[in-house]
Amino acid sequence: MPVVENTILICAGGACISAGEKSVKETLEEKLQEYSLENVIKVVETGCMGACDLGPIMVIYPEGVFYQKVEPKDVSKIVEEHLLKGRVVNDLLYKGDKGDLTIKPQENIPFFTEQVKIATRNLGVIDPLSIEEYIARDGYFALRKVLLEMTPEAVIEELKKSELRGRGGAGFPTYMKWTLARNSESDTKYVICNADEGDPGAFMDRAVLEGDPHAIVEAMTIAAYVIGAEKGFVYCRAEYPLAIERLTIAINKAKEYGLLGNNIMDTGFSFDLEIRIGAGAFVCGEETALINSIEGKRGVPRLKPPYPSDKGLWGKPTLNNNVETYANIAPIIRNGGEWFAQYGVEGARGTKVFALAGKVKNTGLVEVPFGTSLRKLVFEIGGGIPNGKKMKAVQTGGPSGGCIPMEYIDTPITYDNLKSLGAIVGSGGLIIMDEDDCMVDVAKFFLEFTVEESCGQCTPCREGTKQMHEIMKKITSGEGEMEDLDKLKELGQYIMDTSLCGLGQTAPQPVISTMKYFWEEYLAHIDEKKCPAKRCKALTRVVIDKEKCVGCTACARVCPVNCISGEVRKPHEIDPDICTRCGSCITVCRFNAIDKVSP
Amino acid sequence: MLSLTECPGCKEKYKELEEFISGVKNEPGILINVLHKAQELFGYLSEETQQFVADKLEVPLSRVYGVVTFYNFFSTKPKGKNQIKVCLGTACYVKGADKVMQRLLDDLKVGMEEPTEDGLFSVHAVRCLGACSMAPVVLVGERDFYGRVTPDEASKIIEKYRRNENGKN
Amino acid sequence: MAKIKSLEDLMKIKDDAVKNLKLRETGKRGKIVVAMGTCGIAAGAKDTFKAVVEELSDKDIDDISVVQSGCFGLCDAEPTIEVKLEGSEPIVYGHVTPEQAKRIINQHIVNGKVVGDLIIKRGEL
Repeated sequence: MPVVENTILICAGGACISAGEKSVKETLEEKLQEYSLENVIKVVETGCMGACDLGPIMVIYPEGVFYQKVEPKDVSKIVEEHLLKGRVVNDLLYKGDKGDLTIKPQENIPFFTEQVKIATRNLGVIDPLSIEEYIARDGYFALRKVLLEMTPEAVIEELKKSELRGRGGAGFPTYMKWTLARNSESDTKYVICNADEGDPGAFMDRAVLEGDPHAIVEAMTIAAYVIGAEKGFVYCRAEYPLAIERLTIAINKAKEYGLLGNNIMDTGFSFDLEIRIGAGAFVCGEETALINSIEGKRGVPRLKPPYPSDKGLWGKPTLNNNVETYANIAPIIRNGGEWFAQYGVEGARGTKVFALAGKVKNTGLVEVPFGTSLRKLVFEIGGGIPNGKKMKAVQTGGPSGGCIPMEYIDTPITYDNLKSLGAIVGSGGLIIMDEDDCMVDVAKFFLEFTVEESCGQCTPCREGTKQMHEIMKKITSGEGEMEDLDKLKELGQYIMDTSLCGLGQTAPQPVISTMKYFWEEYLAHIDEKKCPAKRCKALTRVVIDKEKCVGCTACARVCPVNCISGEVRKPHEIDPDICTRCGSCITVCRFNAIDKVSP
Repeated sequence: MLSLTECPGCKEKYKELEEFISGVKNEPGILINVLHKAQELFGYLSEETQQFVADKLEVPLSRVYGVVTFYNFFSTKPKGKNQIKVCLGTACYVKGADKVMQRLLDDLKVGMEEPTEDGLFSVHAVRCLGACSMAPVVLVGERDFYGRVTPDEASKIIEKYRRNENGKN
Repeated sequence: MAKIKSLEDLMKIKDDAVKNLKLRETGKRGKIVVAMGTCGIAAGAKDTFKAVVEELSDKDIDDISVVQSGCFGLCDAEPTIEVKLEGSEPIVYGHVTPEQAKRIINQHIVNGKVVGDLIIKRGEL
C-alpha cells in the first residue's frame, strides 16, 4: 500500500459546490494523474468548513495551507508549485484576521488549555462501564479513606475548608447541608442525588452520569456514612435513558466488589442505592417536589420549614445534593479541602462546569475555576460567535435566570456577581444569543415554559405567569401598549414575593432582566410595531425583491407550505398569511432576492 | 373485578404487568415505576390500564389518575408507532427547533401529539433532552438521537423510518 | 469477583487496571476510544463506532482494541475518537464520520501518519 504523502481537502459544503467546487476537484484529479501523484496524494471532499464566503476552499496537509477562492485555472499552479516544488502559492492564500498566512488545525486551542477538571475529571477518559478504570484513576480511594480513617466530623470539616457550595442552583454551602442532616436525630435517614437536570441548556449532570457514574456512587456512599443513612435514591429524569443504564451497571458492579450494599469494604457499614426515574416535570428539580415524586406522588413542592434535613423523604431526615456537587466530593476528600479552595475566588471556591450552547462556536461542556470572566468563557474557550455575528446576550440559569448583555461580558463569574446582574449561576447552562435573537421572544419562550411547568398548587405562580405570558404574546404580536410594561413589572414582583417555591419565585426573572437590559427592544415592539431581530412572526415578513427575482422557481419548489406563486421567469410573490417565516426560500435563492423585513 | 378488553396481545401484556407489580408491590412509592412499565407495554395509559394498576397496587384510581396527569411523560392517548420528539429547550429554540417542528407537522399533516392516519408517527414537543450542544435535536423513540437537524433533514428522518416500516411489510 | 475488603485489595485492582491501560501488557498495540455520550450519539457516534470495528476487521487488524467512553466536553467536534498507540502520544480526532474513521484507520493505524486535518488535541485528555 503506497504511503500517502499529502492530503488535499476540498470543501464540498453547499456554498463551495455552488461556487464551483466540482470542476476544481475534477481538474485537480486530472492534474494529479498527469504527474502520477494520484496514489501519494489523497483528495478528500469534506463537509462545510464554515468559511463559506471564501469558497471554493482547498486545504493541503500536512502543512495545513489554506487556499481560498480556488478556480480550475489555479489548480495547475497549486500542483506544480506547492505539491511538486513545495512553494506556497501566495496569491491564493487565505489571510486571517491577524494576517496569519495559514489556518492551523484546531488543536490545543484554549478550549483545552484553560480548563481545570475536577467534577469532569474522568469524562471521556475512562470507560464508564468499567469499575476497574475508575479505580485506576483513584476511584473509591476516598471512600476507603473515609470509612477507615475519618470520622464524620472530619469529613464535614474538609467540606467546610473546601467552601464547596451546591452546584444545582441555590448555592447553599454543602458542609452545612451535611451537618444539618447529620445532627437530625432519627433511626432512619436518606441520601438523595438530584439528577433531574431540568434547566433547558444544562447538560453537565447527564454527561457525568453517562461518563463517570461511579463518581456519584462513591460520593453518595460517603455522604451516607457521614449523616448515618443506609438507603439512598438517585432521582434521574426519564429523558436520560443512557445515564440510567450506565448508572445501573455501576451500582451493580460496586455491589459485586463490596463497595456498595452490605458490609462495605468489611467495615460493617451498609448502604443501598436505588434509581428512581422521573416522569417529566420540571418542578421536580425542587427538592421537596422531588421527594414527593420519589414517594410516588404528584411532584408538588412542600412548605418549608420543615426542611428536608429535618423531615424529608417519608418524613425522615434527608440529604439532597445534585450530581455535580457529588462529583466534587471524592477529589476533595483525597486532596483536602484547602486544595479545592485554591481554585476560584472569595465566596465562590473551586470550579464550575458550564454548558455552552446556542450561538457559540465550541458548543460543549467546560469546567473552569470560579472568577473566570464570561468573556473568556464565550470568546476564548467557546471560540466566539459563529458566522461573523455579534453577541447580544448570555442567558444563564435557565427559566430562573436572566440575560446578561455584552456590556457586562468582563464580569468574573461568581454567585454574587451574577446575582447583582439579575441573573444566577444556576446549574451552569449558558445559552449564547446573537443579533438574530429577539430578547422579547426569548422572555416569552421562558414564560411559556413556566406556565406549562407550574404545578398549579399556588395561585401567584399558576395564574400570574399565565397573565404575564398573555401580555408577552400581545407584545410580540404587535398589539402591546406601554402600560403593559408596567403591568409586567408589577405582576412579576407579586409572583416573586408570594410564590411557594423557587419555580414561582424566579419565574418572572427572564422578563425582568430582559426589560432591564433590552428596554429598547420592548419599545420597538410596542411603539414601532417592529421586531429588530426579525424573529417575531407577526412583526416580520418574508418578501421577494421584484427587481432581483428572475423567476427561477427555486423558492416556490422548496416552500413547505406552498405560499410562493408566480410564473416561470417572472418575479414571484409570497403570501404572508400562509408563510411560516421558515426561511427555506431565503437559503435557496441564488440571487439574494429574498429577505426578512420588519416594517 | 375489571373485565379486560379483548385486544391482540393485551392479555399477555396485562399478565406481564401483573407479574411486575407483584415483584415490587411492597416497595414504598413504587407507583411511578409501575406506570413507566405499563406505558412501556401498552404505549399509553388508558383508563382501563390505570384501573388495573390501581386494583393491583390497592390504591384509589383517583391517585393513579392524579399522578398520570401530573407528569408530562405519561400519556392517556395512543401515540404513533414511531414517536418523533422535538426538543424545545432554549438552545434548540434559538437554533430553530420551531421550524423543524413545523416541517414535521406539515410533512405528516398532523397536529401535535396526534398520530398519523396510518398510526406510524406522532410528533411531540419535549423538554430539554440535554444534548444542547447538538441543537436542534430530534429524538425518535427512546434512543435514536439526531443532532443539528434542519427542516430538510427532518423530512429525511421521516422518510428513513417510513422506508424501514415498508421494508418490514 | 472477590469483594474488596482492604486497602491492599483496592491497590491490587488499581495496579492491574493501570497495567491494562498501558497497552503492551495486554498484547495490544493500541486502542481506539469512541466518545459515546448522548451528544456523541446525536452526532452519529454509533455509525462511527460501527465503521471503526468493521474497518479493523476488514483490514484484519486484531491488535487494536475498541472501547467507548463518555463525553469529554467538546461536543461541537462530535463524533470524536481518540487513537492511542503504544509509544506515541494519544491523538483526539473530531468530526469523525464513518468515512473519516476509515481514513484514520488506514492513515494512522496502518501507515503510522496522523491525520492532521482532523486533530483536535494531542496528548492526554
